[in-house]
Amino acid sequence: MLNVKHNEPVEFTEEMLGKFAEIVARYPEGRQKSALLPILHEVQAKQGWLSVPAMDKVAEYLQLEPIEVYEVASFYTMFFRQPRGKYVLEICRTGPCCLVGAERIMKHIESKLDVREGEVTPDGQFSWRGVECLAACGYGPVLQIGPEYTFYENLTEEKIDKLINELRNKAEGRALTAES
Amino acid sequence: MARKLLLTHIDVPGINTFEVYRQKGGYRAVEKVLKTLTPEDVVEEVKKSGLRGRGGAGFPTGMKWSFLAKPEGVPRYLVCNADESEPGTFKDRYLMTHIPHALIEGMIVSSFALGANTSYIYVRGEMMPQIRILERAITEAKNAGFLGKNILGSGYDLELYVQPGGGAYICGEETALLESLEGKRGNPRIKPPFPAISGLYNCPTVVNNVESIAATVPIINDGGEEYAKIGVERSTGTKLISAGGNLNKPGVYEIELGLPVEEFIYSDEYCGGIANGKYLKAVVGGGSSVPILPANLIMKTLKGESRLMTYESLADGGFQSGTMLGSGGFIAFDEDQCIVKNTWNFTRFYHHESCGQCSPCREGTGWMEKVLHKIEHGQGTFNDIDLLVDVAKKIEGNTICPLGDAAAWPVASAIRHFRDEFEWHVTNGQEAQMRNYGLAHYADPLEPVI
Repeated sequence: MLNVKHNEPVEFTEEMLGKFAEIVARYPEGRQKSALLPILHEVQAKQGWLSVPAMDKVAEYLQLEPIEVYEVASFYTMFFRQPRGKYVLEICRTGPCCLVGAERIMKHIESKLDVREGEVTPDGQFSWRGVECLAACGYGPVLQIGPEYTFYENLTEEKIDKLINELRNKAEGRALTAES
Repeated sequence: MARKLLLTHIDVPGINTFEVYRQKGGYRAVEKVLKTLTPEDVVEEVKKSGLRGRGGAGFPTGMKWSFLAKPEGVPRYLVCNADESEPGTFKDRYLMTHIPHALIEGMIVSSFALGANTSYIYVRGEMMPQIRILERAITEAKNAGFLGKNILGSGYDLELYVQPGGGAYICGEETALLESLEGKRGNPRIKPPFPAISGLYNCPTVVNNVESIAATVPIINDGGEEYAKIGVERSTGTKLISAGGNLNKPGVYEIELGLPVEEFIYSDEYCGGIANGKYLKAVVGGGSSVPILPANLIMKTLKGESRLMTYESLADGGFQSGTMLGSGGFIAFDEDQCIVKNTWNFTRFYHHESCGQCSPCREGTGWMEKVLHKIEHGQGTFNDIDLLVDVAKKIEGNTICPLGDAAAWPVASAIRHFRDEFEWHVTNGQEAQMRNYGLAHYADPLEPVI
């Protein structure tokens, strides 16, 4: 579902526009719609999710109807149409990973973060969700964290604890720098 | 030691860089095709090699190439399918991570053969690290004069771009991939027209898997005939197998086609047997879409012949007692795994990934998921098992793309070979919540050998 309540206007920075132009140049003239997925990835990487104003802005940039952007954003699972935690832990929940304990890892993450799948922790830092096969079945259980989609393999409860603690520290460190 | 063609230098430090890859003989195939061969010669070599599509369908690559229409003044495209999403398959990720230049070199060779001047590598969006690796490799190749205008003074131009997907399994289907590359939802197109006639931007297009494209490099270097000497019958060359599940040494292995399945599972050169000293219960031999087989049938065909890792041998017995090589996603299930639960898991996957265009797939996968969930949670009836078979039958062959078949086959085969386990879930609903069914009687008494 689109988040229609969130109406904050969006401006693309010069840097982003430069990147967009570079992407559009990959396709033949008049085929700029091909740039839609790569540009949505860029926008989401910068803003964390895709708000309606952001998608409208992309539509305007690519000379598309807004619906052409909405329907693509809603088709592909990687695009978030609601705000998420800063770090979204995406755990593979498909067969091969379940053979080696993915469900146990998901339960552990749920209790460690104390939020249900798809929810955001009160500090706004974390979300988690099960996702379908991440093509790393030999190294399961696995999880990824966007926007760079860093990969964590052969997960155990200990590794999850360490990872979440590290990310928490990082988040707190950043907050301090921002204040000072 | 088996021959390796793709992963020959996998252990060489820095093989992911242009410099080391070049030192190890990389980009010789590009020099050879641009300086000594015509595009037709390259297509001919690939035909001679007997190379079959490594993405799952197993269609002869050379033949696919020869179908490409060549109208005057219309651009042609090569699109590499790197949307690897089939549960059990992770070989393309491995190749792109460790030897990205093998793919880049193959793209140049293949693009030249097809007369494409712009080519795209469509990588699944979650593989952002691999996208960065490929982009870096493209820059390196370009700086060295292997991409861009007038490559090596041959007059041939090629631009190569990486396109991220958005996390949709269906985009591994070639026409859905093209839709996605055009910036649309990944809804498969009705065929005909085939992409060879009207593909990307309505232009003639070839879509090939990562491994197929990389395989053109050794084919050009050594010649198609040499390549065809490896393997058995119509399964020529080497294949990357992604081994996962309950194995001692899961990972990506390059095998010569024709390797006995038993050797692949139990020998130390490959998977090293079943993890934790357990027995093997079942195998999904070629990615989640192919029929699951109990241990006895994956080792030997019904005729009692040793089962080999080839397109033909794995398919021996049809869907009654055989399976498919598919994309080479080899998933091993040990004695503690529940077939009903896994079937439910796979079906949920297909329901989640169905694009929703065709009713049999959109509705059928949803119903199968619900019914399987019911059986797995001890609420099922005998009628439900027959219902599943019925629904699977009604999806199969009735959809635009093969996702419907891919969703139906795992369910039909699981019930065919493990019906007693499904029935046990019905009759012993409570008990099924506490313990697993264990080894099916027909999977016993195979000893872990070798």
